[in-house]
Amino acid sequence: MRKGFITGPVLGALWMVVIATTIAVTMSFATGAAFRPQVLLSLIWGALAGLAYVRFPARHAPARLGVSALLGLTCLTGFGPVLIGSDTTLQAVLVTIVAIAAVMHLSMAEILKELPFGELTRHEYEDAVIRFCTGFGYIFFTATVIIPFYVMVMTSLKSQQALLQNPLDFSVDLSQGWALFRSYTELFRDFNFGTYLWTSFYVSCLTVFITLLFSVPGAYAVARFRFQGQKAFSRSILLIYMVPMIVLALPIYIAFSLTGLRNSILGIVMIYPVTTIPVALYMLQGYFRGLPTEVEEAGLMDGLSRLAVIWKITLPLSLPALASVSLYVFMIAWNEFLLAFMLLDDPSKFTLTRGVTMLNSSEIPRQHLMAGAVIATVPIMALFLGLERFMTKGLTAGSVKG
Amino acid sequence: MTSATPPTGTGALAKREARLAWTLLAPTIISVSLVVILPLLAIIWISFKPFTLSDLRPPAPVVRESLRGSGDDLRIEYRLRNSSQEIAIEGVTLTDVLPEGVIAGEIAAPCVLDGQELFCDFGTLDGGQRERIRVPVTIDGDPDVFEDVVEGSEPRITGSGPSVLTNFEFSLENFARVFDGDEFWGVLGVTLFYTVFGTIGALVMGLFAALLLNKSFKGQGFIRGLYLFPYVAPVIAVAFTWVTLFDPFSGSANALLVQMGLSSDPINFFGERPLALIMVTVFEIWRYFPLSFLFILARMQSIDSSMYEAADMDGASPFQKFWLLSIPQLLGILSVLFLLRFIWTFNKFDDIFLLTGGNAGTRTLTVNVYEQAFAVSNIGAGAAVAVVILMCLIAFSFVFFKFISREEGL
Repeated sequence: MRKGFITGPVLGALWMVVIATTIAVTMSFATGAAFRPQVLLSLIWGALAGLAYVRFPARHAPARLGVSALLGLTCLTGFGPVLIGSDTTLQAVLVTIVAIAAVMHLSMAEILKELPFGELTRHEYEDAVIRFCTGFGYIFFTATVIIPFYVMVMTSLKSQQALLQNPLDFSVDLSQGWALFRSYTELFRDFNFGTYLWTSFYVSCLTVFITLLFSVPGAYAVARFRFQGQKAFSRSILLIYMVPMIVLALPIYIAFSLTGLRNSILGIVMIYPVTTIPVALYMLQGYFRGLPTEVEEAGLMDGLSRLAVIWKITLPLSLPALASVSLYVFMIAWNEFLLAFMLLDDPSKFTLTRGVTMLNSSEIPRQHLMAGAVIATVPIMALFLGLERFMTKGLTAGSVKG
Repeated sequence: MTSATPPTGTGALAKREARLAWTLLAPTIISVSLVVILPLLAIIWISFKPFTLSDLRPPAPVVRESLRGSGDDLRIEYRLRNSSQEIAIEGVTLTDVLPEGVIAGEIAAPCVLDGQELFCDFGTLDGGQRERIRVPVTIDGDPDVFEDVVEGSEPRITGSGPSVLTNFEFSLENFARVFDGDEFWGVLGVTLFYTVFGTIGALVMGLFAALLLNKSFKGQGFIRGLYLFPYVAPVIAVAFTWVTLFDPFSGSANALLVQMGLSSDPINFFGERPLALIMVTVFEIWRYFPLSFLFILARMQSIDSSMYEAADMDGASPFQKFWLLSIPQLLGILSVLFLLRFIWTFNKFDDIFLLTGGNAGTRTLTVNVYEQAFAVSNIGAGAAVAVVILMCLIAFSFVFFKFISREEGL
């Protein structure tokens, strides 16, 4: 197995399948035309390329390039790695050929590097396999993450008719101008999405505020004071994490129905913080423990009361942690679905997630549903990308919860 | 000679500290016990009761008042009925004040008139029983005006039926219903499949992704952010996107498969057994691999690099370094993650509910709670399923705490 003339063709063959599939899927999604990867032919062509790249070291670049160019050009004949449908535009065909040639050349050179033709050492062999896996991993993860979001955005821009005609065709006709966003304008005009957006926003903000108000003192007490039952308390916080929402939602539904709190924003604002307080408390107490006690003790010596110490010393020191916790809690409240779904029936009081659920019916076209999904996703994504550092920290600290 | 002994017991300072600690914790404890502990007790209580969705409105007397007749034959009519067809209501009375200008005629039992105040005592109203009271009246003025006045003033009624929730009758009927037949074991099997494969899949994918990103290169931060997208996006958005993507008629995935010649007919991904279960598990893996990825990456970056340098000196190959160094170092975080994710996947409701609604063999225990309580409108049975879930969780958390105290941290 550890021979250059075996490893090279095997990796080359597998890699060709990966590349052929990737390019066929990408081109299909981009143009809607027919592209089909041919697995058997890809294996053969890839093996040949692998052999060539092992046989000719990097200084024979023209020979390597020639093989890759040949791979691209075979697609014209119908016996290449990718079968191109007959009604494809010339542009798309050219892009496919160039992409196959260029991607294969660059990636094969990177994977196989200076792999000798004959006997391989264990290191050379394993490094090549790892480089292959790395390449595959990047393509695989990026594709699986991006495709759903791509489909979400593109579907929201299409018309129902175009979608049913060719579900693969995501090409966007830019000449329509603003008409492209008709799903969005209809959602905001006819479905009250402006109100939902605002409701979701202030409910989330209130949740963050109330959560911090409750959890900061609690976390400080758990982190700093020694008292009986401290350990039991920390544990019960973790236990509360583990109670599933649906189990709590049932009695809450009954209680809210009996007291008339169902169908009111007040009820939602009362419930949301309680679901996030344990998480926030757990995250914050971890951070408070890491702060040096000396600073606080100095404050105490200078005559500050405990509460003043928390307000004037601990909180300013833990601003980054507070930011992380706030973002994380905001995300939970913004994305919350179950309670909003069960407790809100009146369309004038919907939060955004509840509003999107309403769109999931056979009478409302798919692009409206997808436009709703985009509206729900964009704010949280913007927040996430803008404050990625805090968000990642918050996720790592708190997301034992899922 | 007296020997100095260290003070024993709790000093005043420690007491004050403990008091302050409990004061600071009080709001959290009160609110959490109101919304977590109380509902948990409530659900255990309800699980032993025959409680349906319609019992949310306890039986009550309903009354309608109207002015009828014309000319000399004017009368005010009260129609009273029991809102429930089966359950009797006790202590039913009706009180109403006749408007000024209305003179009541003769009044039959069970009503009495005191000045302008009418009072009727019906005693017990059986299930489905109706009563009609006629009060003949003469009025001076326009009957149309009085019609509004009479019908505008609401009579007060009292009377309450027994509430299923508060009495002390218990039955095991709900549990019998839940455990009855093969359905329960099917649901349990689905739950276990979903939980085990979802958890392991997400862990393996997370480990793979973390291995990819465990080196610094340009754009590493960007890719890390990108790989977190599935977890950060609202579940509702990504679940509906998956449904759209795999739709048998207008879904892109099916179109792609047909075009690539992998399948001749469109596949109903979320509507067929056992494909639907596999698909929801794949969705679970897709949505939660970022979480394991984040944790594992953080742990990887804190592994001492000198260990790898030593291994390099000894001539260890990359695979050997991975199996013999990285994996043992990561074992702690992997097992903690496994336990936590196991519990959380077990608890998952939203994802499956949005993707399939629990159809096509994807009904897990949590979805079953909803199905029983709202689709079959038997809240008692839903509560019984919830109690079963709680039992499982108590078992899990024993394992968890035994383990986490050893693992320390996270």
